[in-house]
Amino acid sequence: MITTWLILAAGAAAIAWVNWYFFLAPKSAAGARTGVGGVQEVDVVVEGGYSPSVIRVEAGKPFRLTFDRREKSPCSDELVIGEFGVRRFLKPFEKTVIEFTPDRAGAFEFACGMNMLRGRIEVES
Amino acid sequence: MPPIDLENVGIAPAPPALESEPDAASEQDAQDRAQAEEYASLRRKAIGSGIVGAIAMVLSMPLMSAGSHHGSAADPLVEWSMRFLDPIVRTAFPRLYAWDAAALKYVLLALTLGIVVWAGGSIYRQAWRAFRHRMANMDTLIATGAGAALLYSAAVTVAPNFFLRHGVQPEVYYEAVVMILALVLAGSALESRARGQTSSALRAMLSLQPAEARVLHNGVELDIPAASVRPGDVVLVRPGERIPVDGLVVEGKSAVDESMLTGEAVPVEKSAGDRVIGGAINRLGSLRYTATAVGSASVLAQIVKLMREAQASRAPMQKLADRISAVFVPVVISIAIATFMGWALLAPEAGLVRALTAAVAVLIIACPCAVGLAVPTAVTVAIGNGAQRGVLFKGGEAIERLSQVDAVLLDKTGTITEGRPSVTGIYPAEGWSESGILGVAAAVEKHSEHALAEAVVGAAAQRELNVPEARGFRAIPGVGARAMVAGRSVSIGNEKSVDPDTTIPASLLAAAERSASEGQTPLIVAVDGRVAGYIAVADVVKPSSAAAIGELKKLGLALTMLTGDRRATAEKVAGAVGIDRVISGVLPEGKVEQVKRQQAEGRAVAMVGDGVNDAPALAQANAGLAMASGSGIAGEAADVTLMRSGLDAAVVAVKLARRTVRIMRQNLLWSFLYNVIGIPIAAGVLYPATGMLLSPVFAGVAMALSSVSVVGNSLRLRQ
Repeated sequence: MITTWLILAAGAAAIAWVNWYFFLAPKSAAGARTGVGGVQEVDVVVEGGYSPSVIRVEAGKPFRLTFDRREKSPCSDELVIGEFGVRRFLKPFEKTVIEFTPDRAGAFEFACGMNMLRGRIEVES
Repeated sequence: MPPIDLENVGIAPAPPALESEPDAASEQDAQDRAQAEEYASLRRKAIGSGIVGAIAMVLSMPLMSAGSHHGSAADPLVEWSMRFLDPIVRTAFPRLYAWDAAALKYVLLALTLGIVVWAGGSIYRQAWRAFRHRMANMDTLIATGAGAALLYSAAVTVAPNFFLRHGVQPEVYYEAVVMILALVLAGSALESRARGQTSSALRAMLSLQPAEARVLHNGVELDIPAASVRPGDVVLVRPGERIPVDGLVVEGKSAVDESMLTGEAVPVEKSAGDRVIGGAINRLGSLRYTATAVGSASVLAQIVKLMREAQASRAPMQKLADRISAVFVPVVISIAIATFMGWALLAPEAGLVRALTAAVAVLIIACPCAVGLAVPTAVTVAIGNGAQRGVLFKGGEAIERLSQVDAVLLDKTGTITEGRPSVTGIYPAEGWSESGILGVAAAVEKHSEHALAEAVVGAAAQRELNVPEARGFRAIPGVGARAMVAGRSVSIGNEKSVDPDTTIPASLLAAAERSASEGQTPLIVAVDGRVAGYIAVADVVKPSSAAAIGELKKLGLALTMLTGDRRATAEKVAGAVGIDRVISGVLPEGKVEQVKRQQAEGRAVAMVGDGVNDAPALAQANAGLAMASGSGIAGEAADVTLMRSGLDAAVVAVKLARRTVRIMRQNLLWSFLYNVIGIPIAAGVLYPATGMLLSPVFAGVAMALSSVSVVGNSLRLRQ
């Protein structure tokens, strides 16, 4: 009887934790710093995921995203920002710069080629 | 030949590519290299762990044949295969069975650990990195599944008595761990190679750009890098060579094979004044031409750019897949935990091992990759295939929208017809030959800029006539033109260009009236005040139009022709190509209205036209197909750019779009069903009814095949 309750409790706790950890826990977010010439800049480390994975920028100002890929896992070798027509290969252990000017406000996903690794660009007007 | 100092001969070296805009070729190279490395590494690891897996299988035989007396081998597949293998191993290695079971388990533990570190290391590293970002992917599932099996086996090996005290047989299944890793790695290797093949069309496109160009510089022929050619440079191309950059032919005559750029199967004749596209192959003659567009402005670079952007786009159909892959892994982990709980609670007599095996099978069989690859691989392959056949899709959405179209509006001029007038008939008066009047007419028209004049001059050039010089050229607006040719006064134009009293032979008059009734324009040629004959000029139907329109009808599309022409002319053309519905007298700005009207009838409308005049109608249509004009690729308004002017390209586009969407649907359905059916079976839902259990090793086989089959299905679009 005790075993049954133990299995139930442990199992339920494990499921709850998995879902909390992957879905509910807050993700790392960062705003852009303003660099030379009013360019908004954000560095993103690519290593099994994107950190920060939520990026806040202002609309209408040029935006420079630097992806610092610190692995050669094929999962992260492509970066797609569908909304802005960007598909880029990120060279392993190198930095890849992507520049564009977000022309409209909204939340836009960026992801790996298979949409397993994901981040979000929040463009504020 | 010594290298030439480009600076000294006044040729600027290629500007360095902007860091944020690398050239597509080098990026593709880097990606290909990374992919090749990855494939080689995965292959090596898959083969290595496969061999170790076989050894582990043999070493496990004595343990399992001992365990099977208790009737509870951990893995049903292994149990089944053991029945065949056990007697063989027993005969081949009888001494193995004399070994101490505990020692064998330690040997297996060492072997497995070695494989997990060497071959599975990258899986664990990636799973861990993703985990730290609160992300989960396929590696997470494999790492957890194989890890659970390994940890359990290790615990049993180190502390068998603990398990015995709790009534659990101390069984290990190291061989399953190694086999799972081998299968997953083999699957990844196959998938990596297949994924590389999806961009083969883009690679082929990039390889069209020749590295060198031969330019004429201060009268000297120089071989310089193609990237250093500047607009205005004079480029020389010999037979069999590739055209290095876009340009306008100045001299020479040749047939140029543009099939890889436009899908046009027949080589195109090129002579002075014609455009050539960089990347095409010059067949027979030599050409000398002026470079017009180089680098990123060239047609080839624009095609590549459009292809890359299109492949980056996400098809609307992807949305469902995206929603699923976003939650996939954590949900599967939850199901695996629930599976373990279910077995432990509902069938405690089956033992902890069964519960663990089922949970591991769930983790291993689940395949988020198949879901994630279903749509993007199809889009990538379709865009590549289209580009090689002269059809450039703007993206996955364009493909989907075109596939849904049930009505097509076709602009007449330039779409069904050539879009420029040409000579359709010559009717000489008595005493004149066809080439005779064409020659004198061309002599006059050579000096004219009228569109009809171009047709006359073109026809003379085509017949290779010796066109005499004309003097004293005079254009009379609304009437025609006249000049002195070889001492005789020649006029060409409409009926007003000749004296009203001039007698026109009845047979000629009849021919002229017949031409006019067919929508052609008859030009009267008069020499020294006497009518020498008629030249009929018209915008002729493209040779491929009728067949292509037949094909479009066969695809079940309702066709309508739009034109600004008068009704009679319009119906002649429509009748010739087999279109039943004609809307004539449409002004350019009225085309949008026509598209809207059909949409209001509930139709999904495709508009086929040119990218400039028809832009608003193309944008309004559900799918806009624009015919590229010689110099470049149509603008923003078009969902699909047709690189050759034949309507057959539109047929290719519609067929390819429909096939692609079919393949996307198959892929999505297959990858969903695979998981929806595979996961419950792995969890053991069939066990109560049929006694069927899925081995984690078999789950590994299924997983490896599922994503490969999705990519393989998409690759069918290459044909």
